[in-house]
Amino acid sequence: MSTGTGTSPGTDTDKATDAAESRAATATTAAYKTIARGLGTGAPVYALLIVLLVALAATDPGFYEPDRFLAFVKRAAPLVILAAGQYLVIVCGEFDLSVGAIVTAGVVATAEVYGTYPDAPWLLMTAGLLLAGAVAGLVNGLITTRLRVPSFITTLGMMLILEGAVFYWTGGSPQGQLPQDFRQVGRGTAMGWLPWAVLACLAAGVLVVLLMRSDFGRTLIATGDSQRAAHLAGVRVHRARVLAFVFSGVAAALAAVLVGGFSGVSAQAGRGYEFEAITAVVLGGVALGGGRGSVVAAMAGAFSLQALFTWLNLQGVSGALESTVQGVIVIAAVGIGAADFSRLRRRRARPPGAPPGSTPGIASGTPPATPSGTSPATPSGGTPS
Amino acid sequence: MTGTALAPKADRAPAKTRAPRGRSRLADPAVGVWLAAAAVTGIGWIVVAARGGDFLTLTNVVGILQNSVALGLVAVGQTAVILTGSLDLSVAYLISLGTLVAATTMEDGSVVTGVLAVLALSAAVGLANGLIVTGLKVNAFIATLGTAFILRGWIEENYTGPAGKVPASFQHLGYDRMGPIPVSLFLLLAVAAALWVVTRRTRFGHHLYATGGDEHAARLSGVRTRRTVIAAHVLCSLCVGAAALFLASRLGAGAPWAGTEARYDLESIAAVVLGGTVLAGGRGGVAGTLGGVLVLAVLDSVFNQLGVDPFFKNVVRGVVIIAAVALYARRGARRPA
Amino acid sequence: MSPSRSRSLSRISRTPPRTRRAAPAAVLATTLLAALAACSSDAPADGPAASGQSAEQKNDGGDKPSKFFDRTEYDRQLKLGEQTPQGPAAKPWEQMLQPAMADTAQYRKKGSADDVHLCFSNAGVFNPWRQVGLKTMKAEVELHDEIDDFTVLDAQGKDDKQISDIQELAGNKECDALIVSPNTTATLTPAVKEACGKLPVIVFDRGVQTDCAVTFINPIGGYGYGAVAADFLVDEVKPKGKILALRISPGVDVLETRWSAAKLAFDKSELDVVDVKFTDGDPAKTKSIVSDSISRHGSVDGVWMDSGATAVAAVEAFEDSGADVPPITGEDQQDFLQAWKDKKLTAIAPTYPTFQWRTPVIAALRVLKGEQVPKEWKLPQPTVTEANLDDYLQDGMPPLHYAMCGCQKMPGFPGDWGGKK
Repeated sequence: MSTGTGTSPGTDTDKATDAAESRAATATTAAYKTIARGLGTGAPVYALLIVLLVALAATDPGFYEPDRFLAFVKRAAPLVILAAGQYLVIVCGEFDLSVGAIVTAGVVATAEVYGTYPDAPWLLMTAGLLLAGAVAGLVNGLITTRLRVPSFITTLGMMLILEGAVFYWTGGSPQGQLPQDFRQVGRGTAMGWLPWAVLACLAAGVLVVLLMRSDFGRTLIATGDSQRAAHLAGVRVHRARVLAFVFSGVAAALAAVLVGGFSGVSAQAGRGYEFEAITAVVLGGVALGGGRGSVVAAMAGAFSLQALFTWLNLQGVSGALESTVQGVIVIAAVGIGAADFSRLRRRRARPPGAPPGSTPGIASGTPPATPSGTSPATPSGGTPS
Repeated sequence: MTGTALAPKADRAPAKTRAPRGRSRLADPAVGVWLAAAAVTGIGWIVVAARGGDFLTLTNVVGILQNSVALGLVAVGQTAVILTGSLDLSVAYLISLGTLVAATTMEDGSVVTGVLAVLALSAAVGLANGLIVTGLKVNAFIATLGTAFILRGWIEENYTGPAGKVPASFQHLGYDRMGPIPVSLFLLLAVAAALWVVTRRTRFGHHLYATGGDEHAARLSGVRTRRTVIAAHVLCSLCVGAAALFLASRLGAGAPWAGTEARYDLESIAAVVLGGTVLAGGRGGVAGTLGGVLVLAVLDSVFNQLGVDPFFKNVVRGVVIIAAVALYARRGARRPA
Repeated sequence: MSPSRSRSLSRISRTPPRTRRAAPAAVLATTLLAALAACSSDAPADGPAASGQSAEQKNDGGDKPSKFFDRTEYDRQLKLGEQTPQGPAAKPWEQMLQPAMADTAQYRKKGSADDVHLCFSNAGVFNPWRQVGLKTMKAEVELHDEIDDFTVLDAQGKDDKQISDIQELAGNKECDALIVSPNTTATLTPAVKEACGKLPVIVFDRGVQTDCAVTFINPIGGYGYGAVAADFLVDEVKPKGKILALRISPGVDVLETRWSAAKLAFDKSELDVVDVKFTDGDPAKTKSIVSDSISRHGSVDGVWMDSGATAVAAVEAFEDSGADVPPITGEDQQDFLQAWKDKKLTAIAPTYPTFQWRTPVIAALRVLKGEQVPKEWKLPQPTVTEANLDDYLQDGMPPLHYAMCGCQKMPGFPGDWGGKK
């Protein structure tokens, strides 16, 4: 380390990488920069997804038969939708740990209501569930923004409250059945071949991509990048955050509809989904802390995770090793994403005539206080300074 | 109560905290949470007394303290990591693995080998966590979640249920009392005191707060933030190792679910923030954390006495945690920024 | 202990401890010294290491098929399954198999017999089986006027908390008898031993490694369960048929015994166990596993499950992939029994009956009256088959209700169990 000051994880890395990125931009064309940035955050996950899909094909040649592939997408749909919702929250700098609890509570509560009103119309129930998800998200958002409670704590508390409340209400286990018409969305198919869940997943994906392209999306990223800068620029940061939580709540409720439909009533329908969703988003190269990353990559992260589970299962890997492999891959993917790409950028930033550090960082809120030699992503030294 | 002696001092030391103003003693979360613990105890006493019970019996108080030990040890360690702005989600599986390693090693060898094995394992896991966070620059949330998955796989691959057996001599740690006070409480107090000294009275502690407060600034002022974070992770894991040893002595065997069923990962983080340590790092301390652990334990005991539905307990816990942090945020905001 | 485990452990212990961290170790050592010199101990006098006579401990020795497999116990359970239990046939929770009665005169409650205070340390209510069980137990308490008070402490699945709970209840002067449903066999032994010295203790469901309890109540056991299910598949599935074994999770003693018995039966048969998978009790994961298995092996000819929680999900996975549901084993949960009847499955449901939650209350009252109870109270373990399915399937019960609760005639049924008339 040339300056001997050590390095840092977290937001400073992002700022410095942003700075490096902007330096790179001076040496290359704007278009190149766009591609580099798009790949910079998302490339590892697309590579991982392709590798896994190829591995799946190699393991099981029948995997790409239409109905089997659709079944795979259907299975991945809840996680993909959760990842999309989680992305909105993460990209504006927050966490949502309550999504798993919303899924569980949603499934169990719906069954409970059906237990009392067996003939409730499914559309009404689904709409009610989505609304309830929105309310849970709204509460998360308001507590986080108005009461200034860190979202990690807000949503952790919400998780305890929701799980406790729904099982307190039902006496420990779900008391009703989910009727077939409610379960159609998660279990049935349109036109006899296209699972509704795939359609729901597609619709959610398109909606969220459109959302991110709208003003709201830019607001969200700006908020996550630098709350103060966004605020000074006239962005209503609180409203953006609250809305992100609302969308995440709705996404979780939609996932509850799919999970409940796919596998029926279960007291542990959403168990572990919060960590899986966050893992998927991070796997997609989205920075925890906000401000960077694309929603498509986040959803690709969810597909990768599901592909990984399927592949491990097809490989006959024992349940025990499964979690080990999952842990290693997650750390490795994120580690490679963090390390390699900054190195690549550095190389690009080095062409003659563009001395590093000659342009001030523009993307970050703070000017780069150090020359690129202290760029955190240079553990092995060899930096130009 | 033993820990209150620590609490008033909690105001000093950290580089980041502003000089206390007039009413700041009460506003300091570490003091507030101990007051809250006293208040919860008082309310619990009244409520239980109103139903014809007696809350503050010796058995009960000893029970509360005894139940605080495991979570206390983990939470104290978690405090060190959170102060640097990091986080450790692997503690639950490390506890499980720790109890298994302790019990199986002690079955074949001596108690000392067992203790050393667990501490070595803990240090190694903490080191790995720290290196992944700082070296690979993986966000602590993901890094320690990944470690947790790896440990889980290790446990499930190698242990098919409770294993090993702890010698009777080692069980004294979990069962003995000096007068009315459980011996294990001294372990907690010793570890907490050691960590308190480290965080408040040493250069390293100063670096902990500086790193958590503003890593960039800390690095510019010559703090080796990377080493600090790694050391914090190792410290945290060693505390977790101590918790695992305590649980092994109490359970008499290693259990693969010793850490996970009790959700020590999220519970310890909850206790830490309940104790007024800021999740983003840089502010808070061990004294407050102990208070947070005590509040949770007293609540649990009150619920036990009242026979409250276990699911309802979770609702109350969730509300308490959110409310407490909201309160701290309010107080923090009222001070000049 | 398996060889691989000891190898991995020695690897850990050879890792040198980091010298910089000597301080906490020193603190710990000091504390240990303090512990050794301490003046009072709650630990049982002889310590757990000295106890070596109990039945469960023999399990550790035999590591042929699995470390959980115990040939003697296996043979015993299979033999018990063929016996006719003593006691009223209409009340299986009062029946007993091969009882060796023990005298309980020393525990007879002095003074008036109608203000009994029973105390219960419960491992938790973290699954529907335990929820149904606890409701049933509470209903049983209501049936007895002489029970004045019933205290339940819930350990929420934490061994550490259950140890404290047991200590608290044993130290409570008001408890006349203590019922324990241990969360883990090995880890609760010291606490139960300690309690035995203070009041009569009744253990049920899981055992502990001590025989100090007045009575240990449990059904025939996991070997019986696993063997019944496996034998059914051996009969129903043609030779060379492909069997999928779905287990909840590894390392749970009661579930391990079920699988080891089934494995023995499959090894002897001509069936081919193509997959053994852990579902974590998650229906979504179960559906994925089953459909992956169908596509990987072309077909699956029989499904063995170590518990019924995910049986319906497995059935649906076959339906969704357009295959016929092969012979399948489940448990006495309402949703599976309903699917069995509606879809005319070829199925069997061995049970781990929830009616065993009634017995501890009955036993406690007998003990406090000084009446004899069996040292080990073995309850029958009925199986739901095609022939008696209609006896157990009851409309209006919630999907996760366990039919073998013995609660059908109790006051408050079905409403208190979440059912509708």
